[in-house]
Amino acid sequence: MKPERHVLSITVENYSGTLSKVAGLFSRRGYNIDTLTVAETMDPNISRITVTVTGDEEILEQITKQLNKLIHVIKITDLTLKKSILRELMFLKISCTKDTRSEIIQMSDVFKGKTVDIGAKSITIEMTGDEDKNNAFIELIRPYGIVEIVRTGLTAIERG
Amino acid sequence: MKLKVAEAIVKCFELEGINTIFGYPGGAVLPLYEALRQSNIKHILVRQEQSAAHMASGYGRASGTVGVCLATSGPGATNLITGIATAYMDSIPLIAITGQVLSDKIGTDMFQEADIVGATEPFTKHNYLIKSKNDIPRVMKEAFYIANTGRKGPVLIDIPKDIQNEVIDFKYPETIDIRGYKPTYTGHARQIEKAYRIIESAKQPLICVGGGISSSDCKDELIEFVEKTKIPVVCTLMGVDSYPNDSPYFAGLLGAHGYPFVNNAMNKADLVIVIGARFTDRSTSVLAAKSNQHIIHIDIDPAEIGKNMKTNTPIVGDAKNILKQLCEYDYHLDNDKWSDNIRYSRQSYIEENINKEWELEGVNPFRLIKAISDEADETTIMTADVGQNQIWAAHYFTASRNRQFLTSGGLGTMGYSLSAAIGAKFASGKEHTVVAVMGEGGFQMLMGELALVKEHNLNIKIFVISNSRLGMVRELQLLAYTKDSYHGVEIGFNPDFMKLADAYGLKGYRISHDNEIDSVLKEVFSKDEPCFVECKVHPDFPTLAHWRWK
Repeated sequence: MKPERHVLSITVENYSGTLSKVAGLFSRRGYNIDTLTVAETMDPNISRITVTVTGDEEILEQITKQLNKLIHVIKITDLTLKKSILRELMFLKISCTKDTRSEIIQMSDVFKGKTVDIGAKSITIEMTGDEDKNNAFIELIRPYGIVEIVRTGLTAIERG
Repeated sequence: MKLKVAEAIVKCFELEGINTIFGYPGGAVLPLYEALRQSNIKHILVRQEQSAAHMASGYGRASGTVGVCLATSGPGATNLITGIATAYMDSIPLIAITGQVLSDKIGTDMFQEADIVGATEPFTKHNYLIKSKNDIPRVMKEAFYIANTGRKGPVLIDIPKDIQNEVIDFKYPETIDIRGYKPTYTGHARQIEKAYRIIESAKQPLICVGGGISSSDCKDELIEFVEKTKIPVVCTLMGVDSYPNDSPYFAGLLGAHGYPFVNNAMNKADLVIVIGARFTDRSTSVLAAKSNQHIIHIDIDPAEIGKNMKTNTPIVGDAKNILKQLCEYDYHLDNDKWSDNIRYSRQSYIEENINKEWELEGVNPFRLIKAISDEADETTIMTADVGQNQIWAAHYFTASRNRQFLTSGGLGTMGYSLSAAIGAKFASGKEHTVVAVMGEGGFQMLMGELALVKEHNLNIKIFVISNSRLGMVRELQLLAYTKDSYHGVEIGFNPDFMKLADAYGLKGYRISHDNEIDSVLKEVFSKDEPCFVECKVHPDFPTLAHWRWK
């Protein structure tokens, strides 16, 4: 079985310590978390944790079952298996000169990025998209010199 | 009703039927001890907190209820961890209460501060750090519910000292609703039917039982199922007391320290019905990988299914319900020859090993345990420690009912036996004889608890098997390396155990030869008082009779 990337959407009771219990379970059982985001849902008593993990079917099954055993975990959905929308927010600080600035802005426009800050030697772009698109933009912009990248990790929602 | 939080906690204990608590006081639990002082709950002062957890575990295991232990913050709490982890690995319901430093000082490394909730996350079924006084009634109710339902296990509640002194309007919740915790109890009808059809067509079936049978208190259902199907029963270390050991269908322990004929049968079986067992490496390491073997796995914890072995037919639910469901069918298996063979193998193996003369000085531990077992009856509870003594006890003690053989099966915690026996004794009262078997290594780990045996005049028969070695590790070194590779396994000095027993006010006996076994046991078991028996065994006596390297 080939290891594949999975996006798990986990709803949990919003008690202190719940995130640590979820994250601890991954490290304890030897599973790697690629990305993790967490925030309240429309019900302030419930939070949503979105994690991406890489593993084969067997590992995914164990992860899901072990997560389900945590008392404060309410529901786990594997969004990779469903039609879902995946997004990630990213900030890129790119070094630039007066000459290259407009080039970068143009390219960012094509990728539907937003210029959020301009300094003397750098420009900061905000970009939302799935990981593929964000990675493509990073590669495109790399020759200009990337000062810093900040990525939120994937978050996702089921369609329909 | 207005109560201080500490009083509310004690009130919750009373409402949950708790009358005994094993604990050790300290600064961060002063309010709790003040509340306990004013209650009818018996507090048993242990000599080290780890024992408090083992005692609560033994108490819960022997009685089928939830044991409670209590410790102060910092070192008190961290000492509990081994006991909590032991209970977790064996799915024993347990409530651990720990004091915590002042709530607004948490995280400042105060005197005796330890993040016990963080530390016990891997070893508890669930744990709580109390941040608001008003959470107490709900948390207490949830804790008992979580500990004693589904796959049972320990729950820890950490309570800052200042919160213990706050006053709340106490009302114990009547109902519980935890959105993320809804254990499955009844087996899926279609899976049950599928299992029935597979069982019906099996030629060489086996039932493999673990601790889940005692947890679910379903010995009677298991007996009925075995009588209907005539399938032989093998067990894991946790399942020794699952099924009457003197039944013609009982085969015995499987695994690395199991009987060779049991492992042989496991390899030959075309169907294995696993009930309430999780098939750890200790059970499966000696088994051959089989592709044409059908596995039916019955467990209340869905995460166990498929974790350690490939399962063909999983049934999630409570063993008691599922066995009842399976008993609704009529079975027409033709496996008499298969069952008879296993029965003969067992008889001849045990007979041969009990009768075999070893030219080794000292007591034959097989005969010793067998003789203890002969003195025992249905009411006897045996606790076994970890190491060679555990395997000897598991092989030669004849258990006849659930909750009769208590040992640390999963974590393998040395020192468990004496403390668990003390807990079991407090739970079971006068009519039960409690026998604790251990090696001198495990005994000396938590030896201080001997004081409790005297202090509370607990009629426990303590058997310390001594060979001045850490016998099982020594054996592992031999198997892994050579005879010259023994290192760190020799106990260079033992106290005079007879003087030690005397110092603790206990009557001491020593058995040095097989011919002394009967007379000493007769005296020990006729006395209505605790007895300490040292049994001298030769260091070369192997764990399993067929392991002969001489």
